[in-house]
Amino acid sequence: MKKVQWNNPVIRWVDERLPVFSYMNAEYNEYPMPKNANYLWSFGGIAGFMLVAMIVTGVLLAMQYTPNVHMAFNSVERIMRDVNSGWLLRYLHANGASMFFIAVYVHMARGMYYGSYKAPRELLWILGVVIMLLMMATAFMGYVLPWGQMSFWGATVITNLFSALPIIGEHIVTWLWGGFSVDNPTLNRFFALHYLLPFVIFGVVILHVVALHEVGSNNPAGIDVKGPQDTVRFHPYMTSKDAFALTCFLIFYSYWVFFNPNALGHADNYIPANPLVTPTHIVPEWYFLPFYAILRSITFKFFWIVPAKLGGVICMFGSIALLALLPWLDTSKVKSARYRPIYKWFFWLLVIDLVGLTYVGGSPAEQPYILIGQICTAYYFLHFLVILPLLGKIEKPLPLPKSISEPVLGAKESA
Amino acid sequence: MAETTPTPGMDERHEEAHADGVTRREFIYLTAGAMGAVGAGSVIWPFINSMNPAADTLALASIDVNLAGIDVGQAITVTWRGKPVFIRHRTADEIAQADSVKLDDLPDPQPDSERVIKPDWLVMVGICTHLGCVPLGQKEGDNKGEFNGWFCPCHGSQYDTSGRIRKGPAPANLVVPPYEFLTDTTIRIG
Ligand code: HEM
Ligand code: FES
Repeated sequence: MKKVQWNNPVIRWVDERLPVFSYMNAEYNEYPMPKNANYLWSFGGIAGFMLVAMIVTGVLLAMQYTPNVHMAFNSVERIMRDVNSGWLLRYLHANGASMFFIAVYVHMARGMYYGSYKAPRELLWILGVVIMLLMMATAFMGYVLPWGQMSFWGATVITNLFSALPIIGEHIVTWLWGGFSVDNPTLNRFFALHYLLPFVIFGVVILHVVALHEVGSNNPAGIDVKGPQDTVRFHPYMTSKDAFALTCFLIFYSYWVFFNPNALGHADNYIPANPLVTPTHIVPEWYFLPFYAILRSITFKFFWIVPAKLGGVICMFGSIALLALLPWLDTSKVKSARYRPIYKWFFWLLVIDLVGLTYVGGSPAEQPYILIGQICTAYYFLHFLVILPLLGKIEKPLPLPKSISEPVLGAKESA
Repeated sequence: MAETTPTPGMDERHEEAHADGVTRREFIYLTAGAMGAVGAGSVIWPFINSMNPAADTLALASIDVNLAGIDVGQAITVTWRGKPVFIRHRTADEIAQADSVKLDDLPDPQPDSERVIKPDWLVMVGICTHLGCVPLGQKEGDNKGEFNGWFCPCHGSQYDTSGRIRKGPAPANLVVPPYEFLTDTTIRIG
């Protein structure tokens, strides 16, 4: 990191002892950004903004919320009706979770399209998968807090997944619950963890950015930066571009918060939790639907010995674990799908497959949804385990540009 | 601590003292490391165990239920340890259906006689063994599934008149909790 000689004596005094200013200058002012980056590169910053927004609204909600089975539901209703701007805090937080997932899913899809997970960015990608897992755990526990019917039954179904593990499964579930069913101890610990995990996410995000700035950003051409002619300074070029992207995103976010605040949630969650009655359709939040569909698709014994319930759990967690292995499953040396004529189609097929899984995950467990879900699940695994490894060997990539500036400035200057 | 300022010939002395090649320092590393692991483990376990059910949660472990008001063909649901317990006063027909099934036809084979104390009374935890939903079938108009017992709306598991799994993703029969008859018309669950 380059040390800056600051003119301001106070800044210089601090920087010589703790180089925070030099660090910020190197990482967010001078940081060389490939100049061909498009708006998909703004979603990392948007995700970071959403994390901060979730922490701010969450801490304020936590000042009004009571994690007790007799009071939780009413304390949320009180936030909605009596607390000054409480409705705003809660709608920002509840819809913010969805926006956070949208930002992160777009961010990941960008990485998959342009091959950002390939060497030397493997660890950066894996840290991203870790962030996604932590987000899922956080959002799942957050959804339990209002203690409505979906809160309760979602918590029941998801914690019961662990009972599929042989021998220790039941003990783990009892341990997670702190009792014999989802009850007060469960709600209380979920609140503690829901408060804690976002800060853990924050820590991993810092590692994610450190890893990014060590190896540098990828770009739509997927080729390495050759020199200063290929990059622009982060500030003001990226900061202003990201600010514009964020503003557009905030307009989208505001639409949900102010005009359709309950559309992404489920009406049943406005019914207080009742341990004796299960709602007819238990549906998780939309961002979990593809994984929920994979879980439900395994209705048969797996390899003739693994029972359906365990098989479903393995496939669901496996579908996420595969993402972490992506850098090694994709054997192609070419990063960007722009220069991979066949992979490009398979990328969009995977997107369609995930839309299919989302649709099935939100539908009742009956035909024809079960069959569609099974086909989509099979294709998901086929994509990662068969298509990607083979494609790298078969596909003939298009010729890569010599440098990032070549397509922009013309062959003469870059040569 | 003489080792920290190496003197000529010291290494050789070590070799001589321990013909098996293990130095004193390695031995101390290992034993200190092992003690450290035991120490850490003895702290971590109580931490983990603190999340297991507390004494007062365990204390709620048994309830008494009066069966006197339940007519033949009726069912009630009571709460035990925060879970619903189904108590069904079975009809002669339902008992006959439960008895007539061949064990080979069952995913989780168990004769009806092993699941009841008195055939008239079926007592079981009303929680689907798949992922924990409460199956339908207790109330008059409920969907009881193809086997005239219980039907789980979450992922479609079907149970028979003995609460045994017959179809769907659930791996096991509905659980029979520990219970005993205190009198002819009261039971204690737990
Ligand atoms: C990664 C960031 C976070 C995510 C994805 C997230 C997600 C969620 C979700 C989905 C809900 C349920 C909303 C509803 O339907 O009502 C929720 C509720 C809640 N969250 Fe968070 N949260 C995050 C951070 C935080 C933080 C840092 C705190 C506190 C310090 C917090 C405190 C709360 C509280 C008190 C509730 C219950 C009130 C309510 O239901 O609106 N959250 N969270
Ligand atoms: S919980 Fe009953 S079928 Fe899944």
